[in-house]
Amino acid sequence: MPAIDIAHLCRLAQLALDPDETRAVEGDLARIISMVDQMQAVDTAGVAPLAHPLDGVQRLRPDEITETIDRAHYQASAPAVENGMYLVPRVVE
Amino acid sequence: MSGAPDNLDAFASIGALARGLRAGTYSSRELTRYFLDRIRRHDGDLNSFITVTEARALAQADAADARLQAGDATALTGIPIAHKDLFCTDGVTTTCGSRMLEQFVAPYDATVVARLNDAGAVMLGKTNMDEFAMGSSNENSYFGAVGNPWDLARVPGGSSGGSAAAVAAGLAPVATGTDTGGSIRQPAAFCGIAGIKPTYGRISRYGMVAFASSLDQAGVFGHAVADLALMLRHMSGFDPRDSTSSDQQDAWLAAIGESALAAPARPPVIGLPREYFDGLRVGGGALDAARQVLAAAGCQFRDISLPHSSMAIPAYYIIAGAEASTNLSRYDGVRFGHRCANPENLEDLYRRSRSEGFGVEVKRRILTGTYALSVGYFDAYYVKAQQLRRLIQNDFLTAFADVDLILTPTAPDVAFPRGDLTDDPIAMYQQDIFTVPASLAGLPALSLPCGFHAGLPLGLQLIGPHFGERALLETGALYQRDTDWHQRHPEGFAA
Repeated sequence: MPAIDIAHLCRLAQLALDPDETRAVEGDLARIISMVDQMQAVDTAGVAPLAHPLDGVQRLRPDEITETIDRAHYQASAPAVENGMYLVPRVVE
Repeated sequence: MSGAPDNLDAFASIGALARGLRAGTYSSRELTRYFLDRIRRHDGDLNSFITVTEARALAQADAADARLQAGDATALTGIPIAHKDLFCTDGVTTTCGSRMLEQFVAPYDATVVARLNDAGAVMLGKTNMDEFAMGSSNENSYFGAVGNPWDLARVPGGSSGGSAAAVAAGLAPVATGTDTGGSIRQPAAFCGIAGIKPTYGRISRYGMVAFASSLDQAGVFGHAVADLALMLRHMSGFDPRDSTSSDQQDAWLAAIGESALAAPARPPVIGLPREYFDGLRVGGGALDAARQVLAAAGCQFRDISLPHSSMAIPAYYIIAGAEASTNLSRYDGVRFGHRCANPENLEDLYRRSRSEGFGVEVKRRILTGTYALSVGYFDAYYVKAQQLRRLIQNDFLTAFADVDLILTPTAPDVAFPRGDLTDDPIAMYQQDIFTVPASLAGLPALSLPCGFHAGLPLGLQLIGPHFGERALLETGALYQRDTDWHQRHPEGFAA
């Protein structure tokens, strides 16, 4: 079984775990990956992957304006806004 | 007290309730007060609701009474229902069982909510669930675990455990749910009620908080199969706002009203997949009895094989994890959802908001999905899982060349005690062993109560071909015509 680099996965997923959580998740993930490794026992050479249960393809529609955005309504649930803009910590010094 | 007429029955079918409304035996306001009163008296023990929307429900009930008076009613007008707290509701919080969305008020209604509102249904509230629909026991909710009405020390199943418990306890006649790998069928079985997951694409996903988009499907809980059919009729249909919505149109579905479902035109040939019965520890006798009931009604049975069944759990946890890790990347503390206090910089904002907002099972699944999608593992895990998904679907397609429906147990066991599996994610994942294959294949499936083991309900599952809900529902109604398991209700919730 491949080694699991929890710190790397946490960076990719933007999660921060404390040392206790890290230890617990490390053990859980090792068991989960070892469970899913059962898949390797089946020969799937030449089998087309199934991404959508009905083999559906993305539907297209005419590029027309169908609704207008009510910014104040949409931003009512935002943690911090000012003058219609979402506030975040300073990114560029 | 409720002020409702004495003759109301918390476990009546919505067809019967609709007839009572039309006959003027009671008003929608009286009916709604009756269920709100039951919620007030019983939900302290169950914790099946996250939000009860009393004022809104009574306003909807008054509007429904006006429609009934004006002769402008559908079969659902004035009927109280509950929604899983994963369907967006304009003006009411949609928490998805998570701290991340504790304060979130959606700016629009989910299509399912809008359609049921249009039909005149009355929303009693929003039901408890495993966080982001990830779980099989409803123990992963930020808002606390839910009790099983048959034994409060046991789980109701998950992830739609609140909806299942509410219907089983007679706190709502019907309730919506969602099913990604079994989240309607398994809690239906654990709580002794009926639940259907329709074909993928049958019901719009617009306004459903996304977990695994190629698997998520809305459905419904109730006691009588006819009630599921009636709800399905109003929930289904093409929606341009969901890019995977199906344009399937069925005259039989559009014609469903208050009357009972017809018997199947021809009793179905039903397959029994040996992979689902070999080694079954609990419920084998009840399934044998169910088979005899259906055989006496004219159904024929054939032994079949679905050889890739054992690959369903591994493939599912890769695919669902991968899709979850992608879908849940939207929770960044910027536009909506939980934001940490005093972030030092943007990265700190993302990381701490997500780490504080998500519970442990959600983090586990995000990390599993991130692992499967990361460089070097993508082909070995994600592509492999999708190839197995094809083989699992092919198994079903081959079987449906010979049989009309497939009969299986819904779950490997009855409801388990709270806390039993919380430290063992693999054992918890195995709870979905009989429900996940149909999810991967996008097939419709129905769970019905079929007996008891040690005083706890057992469920049977009927699986149909794509868009084969008619045969599922008609066969289910046939089964309920000749059995009374769906009329057994937990003690302690009668009054």
